[in-house]
Amino acid sequence: MSAITSQGLTLSYQDSVIIDQLNVSVPKGKVTVLIGGNGSGKSTLLKSFARLLKPQQGTVLLNGVDIQRKATATVARELAILPQTPVAPEGISVRQLVALGRYPYQSWLQQWSDEDETMVNRALARTGTLELADRPVDSLSGGQRQRAWIAMTLAQDTDIVVLDEPTTFLDLSHQMEVLELLRELNQQEQKTIVMVLHDLNLACRYADQILVVHEQTIYAQGTPAEVLTEELVKTVFDLNCRIIPDPFFDTPLCIPFGREKIE
Amino acid sequence: MPEEIIWRWGPLSRRINPVTGYRLAWATVLTLCVVMTSLSLGKVILSPWQVLDILASAETGGVHFIVEQLRLPRTLMAWLVGAALAVSGLILQSIVRNPLASPDLLGITSGASAAAVLYLAFFSLTLGSSGLPLAAMAGAGLAAAAIYLLAWQQGASPLRLVLVGVGISALLAAVTTFLLVFSPLSTTLSAYVWLAGSVYGATWQETQTLSLWLLVQIPLLIFLARQVMVQQLDDSLAQGIGVRVQWLRACLLFASVALAGTAVAWAGGVAFVGLIAPHIAKKLVPPGFAGQAVMSALVGGLLVLVADLIGRTLFLPADLPAGIFVAALGTPFFLYLLIKQRH
Repeated sequence: MSAITSQGLTLSYQDSVIIDQLNVSVPKGKVTVLIGGNGSGKSTLLKSFARLLKPQQGTVLLNGVDIQRKATATVARELAILPQTPVAPEGISVRQLVALGRYPYQSWLQQWSDEDETMVNRALARTGTLELADRPVDSLSGGQRQRAWIAMTLAQDTDIVVLDEPTTFLDLSHQMEVLELLRELNQQEQKTIVMVLHDLNLACRYADQILVVHEQTIYAQGTPAEVLTEELVKTVFDLNCRIIPDPFFDTPLCIPFGREKIE
Repeated sequence: MPEEIIWRWGPLSRRINPVTGYRLAWATVLTLCVVMTSLSLGKVILSPWQVLDILASAETGGVHFIVEQLRLPRTLMAWLVGAALAVSGLILQSIVRNPLASPDLLGITSGASAAAVLYLAFFSLTLGSSGLPLAAMAGAGLAAAAIYLLAWQQGASPLRLVLVGVGISALLAAVTTFLLVFSPLSTTLSAYVWLAGSVYGATWQETQTLSLWLLVQIPLLIFLARQVMVQQLDDSLAQGIGVRVQWLRACLLFASVALAGTAVAWAGGVAFVGLIAPHIAKKLVPPGFAGQAVMSALVGGLLVLVADLIGRTLFLPADLPAGIFVAALGTPFFLYLLIKQRH
């Protein structure tokens, strides 16, 4: 069964169509990575998966049900989204931030249940942010901050986690750290991960399925080995490259060419 | 940092930060001391013990009249006005995620001012001055509604609220100046006192009406308290954790306008409290709306109270509007907190 399915999905901002008549599905319990050029509509598509954007036409099904018909809190218990550059409330500590992830489970009366506490501590421990818990979020480094944000989405205790470019602004080692963490969550807790990545090689390494967003639709989809070809990179990114198997992981490795001619 | 205290009782559960608790206790004690001082000082100077005696006895003449009918309602009104403006500012700053936001900046004060001056210029002779608070409240409400509607573009974004607010504010300030210039001198004088913000001559009846207006707003604030923090996340995140962002923003804006509108209606354009008091409060207690709101109320209340105390005692026999001294008091203290934080 698929976690997210789109049927005849058309997305647009004002008059410009971003995604046109798209049918696609995101399998449950897998890591799905969206790739595509700047402005291709990856983030827009991701937003519609999280009900942040109303479709012009068509529907998004979340766990088989039209997402527009679900209550906001219900969606929040099934799917967590982490936008590209999230903003934290002024001065709040990591623990307070992570605790905000419990919002969909709380009410005016019940603002801090046993379960809230357990889930927040688990999320902190899981992301290695326990020792940062009392630090203000503003004082963290990029990598630490990203882990704190991921902890917040974990506290939300959803089966599906959607992330928009979770590795942007991080150095390579922190990019790896975040991706390793996400893979662990996928493998150990069967979370469905959907994310946008820019680095094609990392995308191939960590994805079970790749969706290539191009020309208002999903131009290609499948396993990294099926999808990533030299022709595809040329068409989608307008970039000459060579694809070789990664010597360590055997996933496709894209070696981009600049202006130099290589025979 | 000490651990949070977790309190669970039946279906109720809360997290309480002890730091917030004892800082609030300190601020409350300080407030009570200043209230006593305010009741003691004036043209007739009394000792705190005399004041307590007077408050306890049932007599009405002489010093009893001064303390119970002149100083007490005025003291309470000064405190209430400051408290309401401060909480209003705190909410507003969280809605627009901008530290410079305040009821003054976002057209609430200027709307009330324009309406008040309009009332003073054209209606006060026929309708008397009792309609002034209602006119001011209506002005504040109309200005806020106009700002909200003009800022709307598939939802009201924080940035658009600020920009439209500043624009409308400037426009209303122009209207106010225009009215002032074209009004007879007597109107201009009373309008100036109103614009500066004053609790001069506050009566028990006015203070009671103001308290009642504020009291009915408290349940809304308690109900919304939990939501203030989550809506400071960006919109997509807030929506992602299950917040109905636009609805919540509209409710909070309403709460903020109601608080500031009520305060301004009775005390005039007391500027700066709504900006500075929440900032001072945020430096004094850790994040969390409930604690910061109570602290803002205490700080705002104290500011206006002390400002009014200075205005009515330091320049005797003149009785100057409290609004003049608010900035003079708040700014140095705020700068002190900023500098202390730097080290």
